[in-house]
Amino acid sequence: MTKTCPARPAHPLASAVPLALLIAAALAGCGNKEEPKPAAAPAAAPAAAPTITVRIGHVGPLTGPQAHLGKDNEDGALLAIDDLNAQGVEIGGAKAKFELLSEDDQADPKQGTIVAQKLVDAKVNGIVGHLNSGTTIPASKIYFDAGIPQVSGSATNPKYTQQGFNTAFRVMTNDVQQGLVLGEYGVKALGAKKIALVDDRTAYGQGLADEVEKSIKANGGEVVAREFTNDKATDFKAILTKIKSKKPDLIVYAGMDAQAGPLMKQLRELGIKSNFLTGDGGCTPEFMKLAGEAAEGQMCSLPGVPLDKMPGGPAFVNKFKVKFNTDIQLYAPYVYDATMVLADAMKRAGSADPAKYLPEVAKTDYQGVTARIAFDAKGDLKSGPISLYKYVGGKLQFVETVGGGAGGSGGDAPVPAKGDGQK
Amino acid sequence: MAAAPASAAGRAPVSAPIPARVWVAYAGLALLLALLPWLVGGVLGLGNAWLRTLNFAVLYVMLALGLNIVVGFAGLLDLGYIAFYAVGAYMYALLASPHFGLHLPAWAILPAGAALAGLFGVILGAPTLRLRGDYLAIVTLGFGEIVRIFLNNLNAPVNITNGPQGVSGIDPLAFFGVSLAKPVVVAGITLLPLAATYYVFLLLALGVVFVTLRLENSRIGRAWVAIREDEVAAKACGIDTRNIKLLAFAMGASFGGVAGGLFAGFQAFVSPESFSLMESVMVLCMVVLGGMGHIPGVILGAVLLSLLPEAFRYAAVPVQKYLFGHVVVDPESLRMLLFGLALILVMLYRPAGLWPSPLRKRELKRSGP
Amino acid sequence: MDIFIQQIINGLVLGSIYALVALGYTMVYGILGLINFAHGEVVMLGALTAYSTITGLLGLGVPLPLAALAGLAVAALLCMAVGYTVERIAYRPLRGAPRLAPLITAIGVSIVLQNGAMMVWGRNYHAFPNLVPERQYDVFGATITLLQVLTVLLAALTMAGLMLLVLRTKLGRAMRATAENPAIAQLMGVDVNRIVSLTFVLGSALAALAGLMVSANYSIAHYYMGFILGLKAFTAAVLGGIGNLAGAMVGGILLGLIESLGAGYIGDLTGGFFGSNYQDVFAFFVLIAVLVFRPSGLVGEKVAERA
Repeated sequence: MTKTCPARPAHPLASAVPLALLIAAALAGCGNKEEPKPAAAPAAAPAAAPTITVRIGHVGPLTGPQAHLGKDNEDGALLAIDDLNAQGVEIGGAKAKFELLSEDDQADPKQGTIVAQKLVDAKVNGIVGHLNSGTTIPASKIYFDAGIPQVSGSATNPKYTQQGFNTAFRVMTNDVQQGLVLGEYGVKALGAKKIALVDDRTAYGQGLADEVEKSIKANGGEVVAREFTNDKATDFKAILTKIKSKKPDLIVYAGMDAQAGPLMKQLRELGIKSNFLTGDGGCTPEFMKLAGEAAEGQMCSLPGVPLDKMPGGPAFVNKFKVKFNTDIQLYAPYVYDATMVLADAMKRAGSADPAKYLPEVAKTDYQGVTARIAFDAKGDLKSGPISLYKYVGGKLQFVETVGGGAGGSGGDAPVPAKGDGQK
Repeated sequence: MAAAPASAAGRAPVSAPIPARVWVAYAGLALLLALLPWLVGGVLGLGNAWLRTLNFAVLYVMLALGLNIVVGFAGLLDLGYIAFYAVGAYMYALLASPHFGLHLPAWAILPAGAALAGLFGVILGAPTLRLRGDYLAIVTLGFGEIVRIFLNNLNAPVNITNGPQGVSGIDPLAFFGVSLAKPVVVAGITLLPLAATYYVFLLLALGVVFVTLRLENSRIGRAWVAIREDEVAAKACGIDTRNIKLLAFAMGASFGGVAGGLFAGFQAFVSPESFSLMESVMVLCMVVLGGMGHIPGVILGAVLLSLLPEAFRYAAVPVQKYLFGHVVVDPESLRMLLFGLALILVMLYRPAGLWPSPLRKRELKRSGP
Repeated sequence: MDIFIQQIINGLVLGSIYALVALGYTMVYGILGLINFAHGEVVMLGALTAYSTITGLLGLGVPLPLAALAGLAVAALLCMAVGYTVERIAYRPLRGAPRLAPLITAIGVSIVLQNGAMMVWGRNYHAFPNLVPERQYDVFGATITLLQVLTVLLAALTMAGLMLLVLRTKLGRAMRATAENPAIAQLMGVDVNRIVSLTFVLGSALAALAGLMVSANYSIAHYYMGFILGLKAFTAAVLGGIGNLAGAMVGGILLGLIESLGAGYIGDLTGGFFGSNYQDVFAFFVLIAVLVFRPSGLVGEKVAERA
């Protein structure tokens, strides 16, 4: 290395000054943040006060590679809070003012538990989130210990509700339910004999793909190739070339839209003519943008019933677009429902005190924008319906709803469903 | 912070008698560490989130001290250190969870985890003995990724690690029949789980500090420094560079293994995403930013870099409100941005780290590298 | 057989992209002995700037070839400015500092650039427009697209141009002299600071080109794309022998081929025990094997002395 020009500030105190500032700023920050806490705590109890403040905590990755989904979830929760405040909800005779405390867990399990603790410290009345199963599971223990109800709108790992925590709920079908439908649909409805499976080795992708594989075999189909990628990949040509040699009728991808889109495009570039089917992770307007024309005619599934078939669904889509000036990415409607489920339980219990309204959450029977929501004994969505969609002309076209038995069923006339694509 | 005493003590030989004021300082530090849970929870009113952050900070102190042996003492750039943390964590997770139905006690698993991680250290070290500098860095980086990928994929054909789903329901840490998951009563004082965990972590971290301090001034420690400064000369002086380097990898790795076991018991859940490359990079940042090769510096670096992102979490909104009157940038983007800036600024103002060793500092003053 | 040829083509195209990014790493390393961790983020900035410029101009009705060229130019200019600034602020003050200090600032710069880009371009993925007509050619039963042919050609041309610059021009000689020994180069009248700045500017312009090509090939641009790409390219540069231009090219192509063949054949090779999920493991094993037998990379001669 060069020995010339060692021009650098050398005063030892120079570093102490910014550091001290940082620490002072941090402490000042804490002080400010903590102040409203004692005020909010008594208010949350159902006193004779005319208004109470209900604080809902939300956690998801707001930075890092999955930030677009985390922000989408946060928007869903924000919209729910706005709607609740506009409705003027009364809880136990007091007018409730809802507040959202949103935290970033960067999809990191360690930060997931720290922010969970932070929200528990802030005495939130309920939690919506987290986004990833990997952060939801360790955090759920902290919420359970504090007795705070948690409703996730997107964690699909079956383990989440199998830990015996009476505070853990989800308004999203788990991998088993969706995998069952995808496999059966591929074999029966699409008539595929030879099916290739690709997953992204995340908890979501692997979990879903394993269930799809079981379902394919149970329905008499054959899995001719099981290939893998990762959730940051952009080049899929190598695994697709291998799949090409097996000549499958159908390729099922379990993973997110950011990979599904380019994968679809590269599929066609390699001259593979197979059909393509993907789960909720790829069932987005983003997928169609990224895949371009290659997406035409391919299919995907989403838990729940199409938004425009649900009471309040189309209104939700409009409000979302007006408020945030962006399309719904993926889980925002589910997080919206999750927030509403908490508020609904509070109303019925006449209290925002977690201990008082927790039993009511378990008894939920709520008409959400994604489905009619009721929980089974573990906290999973009871009889979650799954809807199938086709990508047509840059839009998601509803095909049919399988299972569940809520809302619209059977193949009606094609209607543009969730989101409205680009332009 | 440490500027004034460090420059004054710069020339003091290591074995000089320790003056009384140093003992007082040690006693004060011990008292502070002992009372920290009360200070954080009670006096400052910061809440349990900070206590949890503090527990992670102590874990990172162990990790940083372990990596410091490899990078700071022996001068071997390791970018895959988190793999050993992962080995320790999975060892605990698999031997004390419903996954295999095994529920071995913590006192048995933690040393076993340390030993296994140490073995992995040797496995990593052996093929890389001839490599230097950045070639070593990329191989260690690859090693870290290989371990993570195996953990992520060993759910088929035989389910060993449960793949990306991770292992859940891990037994909480328990020592001598006392579980840290429930409030612990010691001499009439009730300790909440987080505080009890803090004391256990602190005790083990102090053990690590003690071992590294003893190692630093031992024959082995001096051999490491000799290899760092000039490997050829060290060999010529009769140092068995191969074994000494392997020992550095093994020692460093075993500390990571212990920290990993504690992490698994603390979180009650492990999954491969906790052991990404970025974690390795963070631990390296702690070592270098604190003061490579200098134990107090490394501890400072680990504590600071664990607390800083959490502090920004609290500060991002109020500081903006104070400066501009309203929130200009959303706090989440700002938090990481500030963290990056902090890394740059600290290194620019203190290139040898916040609290470099006196020896290193003198070398730097004399000449370039 | 056609499958094997297809895998070779896949590997070549992927490898060309790695090589192009690796050139930026290796240029800086050759001169400063510094791993410029932030290089991947500069590639990302190039891709996103090109995306904004091209879609903006297309929206105004500018014809595609013109928009693409303008996109490249704007991206290159911005990346050059960023590269120059980063070197001045985060690396130059640390020349002569302990060796790992600039590594930490590089990590800091990379975090800042990534989160800065997130603020500017948002968190969503952007669909990169098609720059080249979608045309496919048949090679012994395998397919290759026009864009892929162009990618490989462009990478080769860039490499050749860079070689000419370094080996045949006065600037190149000054760069080589600085790499060899900066103090002596200074004595011989080389303005070392200027050469270092120029290297960063040149490397950043290459990064902009690489960013454009990555995004065009995969029709995607996102603020997080730089990290993995940078990592792979860094691996490629080390595989070839870091600090050596030809090494970056060889390492890049080789890494592309290893990944492609690994994903394609690892299942058959191990009797189905390992699948394409072990693609990266396979690549790193090859890397370790190469470095064990050639500790300074395939083409590298100089052993990095400092640790």
